[in-house]
Amino acid sequence: MSAALAPPRLARRLGDAAGGLLVLLALVGAWAWASAAGWVSPIFLPSPQATWEALRHGLAEGDLAAASAATVERMIYGWVLASALGVAIGTLIGISPALRAWIQPTLEFIRPLPASAVMPVAIALLGLSPGMVLAVIAFGAIWPVLLSTVHGFASIDPRLHEVARVLGLSRRAFVAKIGLPHTLPDVITGMRLSLTIALVLAIVGEMLASQTGLGSAILMAARSFRAPELYAGVVLLGIIGLLSNVLLALAERMVRIHR
Amino acid sequence: MSRGYLSRLRGLALPVAALLAAELAMLATGAQSDAFARPSEILRAMWAAALDGSLAAASAQTLGNALLGLAMGGGIGLACGLWFGAVPRVGRLSALTVNLLRPLPSVALVPIAMLAFGFGYRMESAVVAFTCIWPMLMFAQDGVARIEPRLLEVAQVLGLRGLRRAWKIVLPAALPRIFVGLRLSLGIALTIAVTTEIVANPMGLGYGLSMAQQSLNPALMLALVIWIGVLGWAVNAGLLRLQERLFGRRGARP
Repeated sequence: MSAALAPPRLARRLGDAAGGLLVLLALVGAWAWASAAGWVSPIFLPSPQATWEALRHGLAEGDLAAASAATVERMIYGWVLASALGVAIGTLIGISPALRAWIQPTLEFIRPLPASAVMPVAIALLGLSPGMVLAVIAFGAIWPVLLSTVHGFASIDPRLHEVARVLGLSRRAFVAKIGLPHTLPDVITGMRLSLTIALVLAIVGEMLASQTGLGSAILMAARSFRAPELYAGVVLLGIIGLLSNVLLALAERMVRIHR
Repeated sequence: MSRGYLSRLRGLALPVAALLAAELAMLATGAQSDAFARPSEILRAMWAAALDGSLAAASAQTLGNALLGLAMGGGIGLACGLWFGAVPRVGRLSALTVNLLRPLPSVALVPIAMLAFGFGYRMESAVVAFTCIWPMLMFAQDGVARIEPRLLEVAQVLGLRGLRRAWKIVLPAALPRIFVGLRLSLGIALTIAVTTEIVANPMGLGYGLSMAQQSLNPALMLALVIWIGVLGWAVNAGLLRLQERLFGRRGARP
């Protein structure tokens, strides 16, 4: 049955993929055409060829590779820090309904605050240092993980609490054996959002504190009117965003299928 | 009723206690800092900024840029989302391009917008617009895709076609989801507007915040941080109430 169904579905998928690729190529073609015809000034829209050339050159001989590595490193450190702290604090709050009632309203109020608005405060506190950027990334990216951990613990079936009591599980054993496994899908979803925020804040931090990375590289390229290099940096940031999104979406799907 | 009141009071206890503790601790030690100020000083700075009109002017600039960007980007996203949802083949064909463009961090566009428009409301609202395209597109497309098939049969029986079908059947049915997209987009628009102002654009609340930090005025800096938080929270809470009043629970969840 499924064998009979498979070929047409596969054919449609292949057709969609090819069509999608064509649409993308047509858009890049339109970009190339528009810059070749001189409709838009090359000062702020370089041709695709110039962008590609700047990308190749920057990765092979320039410092684009080093800048990308620095940004990715910053993003991942901040994200890991935010995730670890988020799960730890979220567990502490989530395990106790009383604590939840006292603290959650405050958390809900702080969460929508744009994390970049905290950056001037962090600069006043920590100066223009890599540690400042890391602290702001951790602060901004912690909320999705923290709140989804709290939510995960709050949504544990009351009967599981009873089971734990019957089994005589200690609080620590309850967290390790029932709580955290139950919360994992929520946590992974939160971590996916966190990674997106971490990338944005890494870029903002690099721009404001002039730390090595793609954020400061594209800002410098724009200030000195080197449009192809600017676009090469933006393309790299797009690729970083895309890859991190795809990887976490895969992890999310694996966890959900596993359940 | 009294339970809800009580739990709200309980939620307030922590921030009030923390503010009081900070006030007393800083009074007792006489601490001076570039990053912290006593809550009473913060309140005074906010009051002064409210009286001289600078707070209102900066808020109007930030909100204006956010709304302008939301109108442009949200409009593009809505149109594309409705189209992709109504004609699934177009949606499938454009999925690759959308999925490649969407994860691009919007702050990365600040330097491009600087080159194209210089400083001012145009560059800021352009960055906001790019960011707002995606949530509106996703929610509109999703809203149309989830329309009850029987409603579309009704449209067929009534002989409604093209724009009339879109206006009378598709748009009203997808509206709850679109409104959710609008609410989320406005929150994102405010965040991106403030971020753009902090990073580059010399106007609005974000620039005021940077200036307060650079002129070593922690009271005003913290007052602006709190004000930005209150503004974002109030806009979201207002739209959430409007959403509940207009659509009830529809659109909230699949």
